[in-house]
Amino acid sequence: MNEAPHKAPPATPGQEILQVDGVSVRLSGRTILDHVSFHIAPGQFTGLIGSNGAGKTTLFRVILGLQAASAGRVLFGGPAHPREHVRRHRLVGYVPQKFLFDPDVPLRARDLVGLGIDAHRLGVPRPSRSRRALVEEMLHAVDAERFADTRVGKLSGGEQQRILIAHALIARPRLLLLDEPLANLDLGSAQEVVALLARITREQEVAVLISAHEINPLLPVMDRIVYLAAGRAVSGSTEEVVRPDVLSELYGRHVDVLHVHGRVLIVAGAGEDADLAGHEGVFPGAGVLL
Amino acid sequence: MSHFLSPIFASGFFESEAVHIALGVGTLVAVVTGVVGVFTVMRGQSFAGEAFGDLGTTGGAGAYFVGVGPLWGFVLGNVIAAGAMEAIGVQRVRGRDLATGIVLGAGLGLAALFLHLYTTGHSTTGATVTILFGSVFAISSTTVPLIVLLGAIVLAITLTIYRPLLLSSVNAEMASARGIPVRLIGVLYLLALALAAALAAITIGTILSTALIVGPAASALRLTRRPLTALVVAAGIGIGAMWLGIVLAYDSYYWPPHGTIWPVSFFVVTLVFVTYLLSGLPEASRRRAERTPSESSAARPATAS
Repeated sequence: MNEAPHKAPPATPGQEILQVDGVSVRLSGRTILDHVSFHIAPGQFTGLIGSNGAGKTTLFRVILGLQAASAGRVLFGGPAHPREHVRRHRLVGYVPQKFLFDPDVPLRARDLVGLGIDAHRLGVPRPSRSRRALVEEMLHAVDAERFADTRVGKLSGGEQQRILIAHALIARPRLLLLDEPLANLDLGSAQEVVALLARITREQEVAVLISAHEINPLLPVMDRIVYLAAGRAVSGSTEEVVRPDVLSELYGRHVDVLHVHGRVLIVAGAGEDADLAGHEGVFPGAGVLL
Repeated sequence: MSHFLSPIFASGFFESEAVHIALGVGTLVAVVTGVVGVFTVMRGQSFAGEAFGDLGTTGGAGAYFVGVGPLWGFVLGNVIAAGAMEAIGVQRVRGRDLATGIVLGAGLGLAALFLHLYTTGHSTTGATVTILFGSVFAISSTTVPLIVLLGAIVLAITLTIYRPLLLSSVNAEMASARGIPVRLIGVLYLLALALAAALAAITIGTILSTALIVGPAASALRLTRRPLTALVVAAGIGIGAMWLGIVLAYDSYYWPPHGTIWPVSFFVVTLVFVTYLLSGLPEASRRRAERTPSESSAARPATAS
């Protein structure tokens, strides 16, 4: 439902790395996600856009298997070989929503990256040349060699994001989930992280699903967009989704899409939307507040 | 040799069996508490460590009351406490302190009752002091095998789950996403902490046991950036404090007032505390060194940055 018509040719059927199929989540009577469907092909850069409370984190938790869906299912490896839960932890890398490392944690950036290789294994890690080389290669890939020996708790927000990305990537996932990685970053750091992710998507041949409440920083790099509002989703290319008619139907009220100086502003119509008066007619975080 | 060292090691130090046992047990317990303590501090569960110390009091008092060795009481009390904390919700960050506090209050009430009944029946307060403040010189050789076994269990648990424990202590969400059973790891760790606290209690007493778990670990976290090194440093600080504490306590027999040995626990805890204060110095001096050049550069007229 609400799936925008595909103009761009979809990836070869059966080759999707992730297929979210009619997923609903109801928690204590509240509907958090309502029949959300979309898919991601290998190497695609997909933005999961929605304001706070739209259900982005819940959707991630369902994909990661940390939250059971009330209805629908999540398939990995495409419908040709539907494997629910199978090899999920190997296929999916995860960068959690911004959190602060305690400055006292005795963990250098390179230690955290190394944990990405084998944190699920028992015992104490044995240093080896190949292990060190792998960590070094990943630090280089995210341009983090400069602060590799610094405690994670003393890194800046942008530096921590790089290390978290390296931690997630070192296990060679096919899909990388990032929960609001740009929140709390200044504009420069946000642009750097986006550029880094776009480069890594190509170099490591990994698909990216990145959530954000702000669409503009991702516009230059997104192949596809999943737009989430009040638990419902539309997906497609940016041109297909970021349109007044599509978003008006999603929000259930009139919405305008304005293009100003290369930026997209998504603005709610006046009139019956009195409940949005506090937001001055603008969907919070959907563009104009930048 | 002994002539030169006599100001440090009072006569009979190296011949006393009590000293041998104290040094051996002290070393083992320092290693165990150091290793476990690093994770206790990282996970922000110091309060749970404190609670085990206090609930060990209940177990120890119960052990005296029924007439078995206090270590059995410490172990049983702490394991039951760990189960109760887990059941009430110690794993949830927000519930942690509340759950621990509730279990704690109930346990200490029982301890008061047991100690009252025991000391009334035996007209002695020795049990109370031994439980609360420990007596590493009074550990009987028959208890040593049990201490070694418990220490081995704690080290085996902690080192076996080292990697999953480390990641889930840093961030539980990231660990879950990697398929690590975070809750199971948390329970195993809580069990290791409970046993470590029991070992600390038999050595320096229930009240002070937290100091041995949290103190060396907190110092180690200030001194090193590497997780495995932190375990080694914490164990090393614990061993140092333990050995020096035992020597000083033995010597204190000849200090005024003559004829009494000052408690080992006092020395150990004091040394741990002093180490913690000193461990902040490198960071403080580094910060001061960093501040000076940045101030001078700020004073200069703005150049291309």
